[in-house]
Amino acid sequence: MKLKHPLPKLACHLVLLVGSLVCMFPLLWMVLTSLKPIEETMTMPPKWIPSVFEWGNYVKAVLYQREKLGYIPFLRYTLNTLYLVLMTVPGCLLSNALVAYGFARIKWRGRETLFALTLATMMIPFPVTMVPMYVLFRHLHWIGTFRPLWVGAWFGGAFNIFLLRQFFRSIPEELSDAARVDGASEFRIFWQIILPLAKPALAVVALFHFMYIWNDFMGPLIYLQDQSQFTLALGLQAYQSQHGGTEWNMLMAAATIMVTPVIVLFFFTQKTFIQGITVTGLKG
Amino acid sequence: MTDREKRNLRLGLAFCSPWLIGLVVFQLYPIVASMYFSLCDYSVLEKASFIGLSNYRDLMADEVFWQALRNTLYYAAMALPLGLIVSFATAVLLNTGVKGMTVYRTIFFLPSLVPAVASAILWLWLLNGKFGVVNYALDAVGIKGPGWLSDPLWTKPSLVLMSLWGVGHAVVIYLAGLQDVPQQLYEAAELDGAGWWGKLRHVTVPMMSPVILFNLIMGIIGSLQMFALPFIMLPGGQPARSAYFFAVYLYDNALPYLQMGYASAMAWILFILTLLLTWIALRLSGKHVHYEGA
Repeated sequence: MKLKHPLPKLACHLVLLVGSLVCMFPLLWMVLTSLKPIEETMTMPPKWIPSVFEWGNYVKAVLYQREKLGYIPFLRYTLNTLYLVLMTVPGCLLSNALVAYGFARIKWRGRETLFALTLATMMIPFPVTMVPMYVLFRHLHWIGTFRPLWVGAWFGGAFNIFLLRQFFRSIPEELSDAARVDGASEFRIFWQIILPLAKPALAVVALFHFMYIWNDFMGPLIYLQDQSQFTLALGLQAYQSQHGGTEWNMLMAAATIMVTPVIVLFFFTQKTFIQGITVTGLKG
Repeated sequence: MTDREKRNLRLGLAFCSPWLIGLVVFQLYPIVASMYFSLCDYSVLEKASFIGLSNYRDLMADEVFWQALRNTLYYAAMALPLGLIVSFATAVLLNTGVKGMTVYRTIFFLPSLVPAVASAILWLWLLNGKFGVVNYALDAVGIKGPGWLSDPLWTKPSLVLMSLWGVGHAVVIYLAGLQDVPQQLYEAAELDGAGWWGKLRHVTVPMMSPVILFNLIMGIIGSLQMFALPFIMLPGGQPARSAYFFAVYLYDNALPYLQMGYASAMAWILFILTLLLTWIALRLSGKHVHYEGA
């Protein structure tokens, strides 16, 4: 709905500008605080711009007190998080693509029922499965290992199956038929024809999955025990609960370290991001 | 079945086999097991012993359970409508052909990218009682800021406020939906003499109603499971358990206290509550949601 008159247009800009300020200020404040010497975080009125830019805070946050007892290994956390990304993204793509293909491009008896059941699993709250999965992984002696956090990704999930199925269905059936006439097996059609065409949708799945692993707090909290295994999310929380309320510059530096890769990734993949959100939000 | 049908069935099941395993191991088994555990006294260290409905009875008499439930519903009842209004209104404003729409959209979206843990720590700092910049800003315009995270009355509103900061995700969805509303409908409404507000009420909102409903239901499911933010920002739901959320109490029962049966009973109550609220949302919206075509 377009606005035609200049006055409403101006008002609209004004509201959006204020909104933008509200959105951006906390992030700006995070970065500014992260660059302050500790004394300047504790002044009232607050000091807006640091008198010196303490880039050293970042070095300190990453290598914090290496020699001391409370050493918090951020590099380790990052590597742990990336390890989980590497262990899950391929499995997540492969399993969901296979299953979505089975739902979208092959007609078989019981397909619709199973698909309805699949969608219904989206209604199951995480806490319902949490206790039995913990018990199961405990019996397998997997508590305190990364396994509970990556094994599941290799067996598909309702949300991604749904997303890829929608995309596969939009690919013309003639492409598959032509390949079938040439004697291609179903797997070859999947692998050599459909998957290459589905790159944009696969990019969405990979991107969202990366975000999920990067952000996930409850999973690591439940399954990881040794600090040397913590992911960034869990490590940052541990850091906060040990040093919270004092070294805000350090905490903000740590938070900035966690946020920056996500924002950079967003700027490089903006189109994929927006598309993914719209597809899952609108066609649900 | 013909040979072709049999072949297709085999192929279909083969392609779906990862999910068949996933569905059974990661969804169906836990649901059934959770149901069973909820009827047991179970500490993981010892074998589960069947105790019937005792856990549920104990929950009904557990003051903390009720408080956690009240907190969670209170939060959802504030965060969902406010989030809907703010994100929808923002999307409508962005869809007015305003210059720099994509820049605004990016700005509004950025906060929703911030990981929950980072967001929790950032807002602990912004809302800090002594050196928090939010209260400083309020003070500057002559308002005495509340103890956001120290006054039991204000902990939940603080979390609602934070959730509004992250509505950019919904803005993107609504904006895309708004761009799909056919222009002819607005033209027809104009011919009937509808003004800007009339068009919004009689064209935009009905056309967007399925998207709104979908987001509302996702919002219900999500906010009932609210965990990371209160867990990190307000340990133990303090002060006065005012921010003790359902999922946090459930987690506390399960892991630190190893009361798996009790936690499972809570999980089932959560499950039923989720289904109930979703059903109510679907029923209430039935007449008002407009599905076009398919």
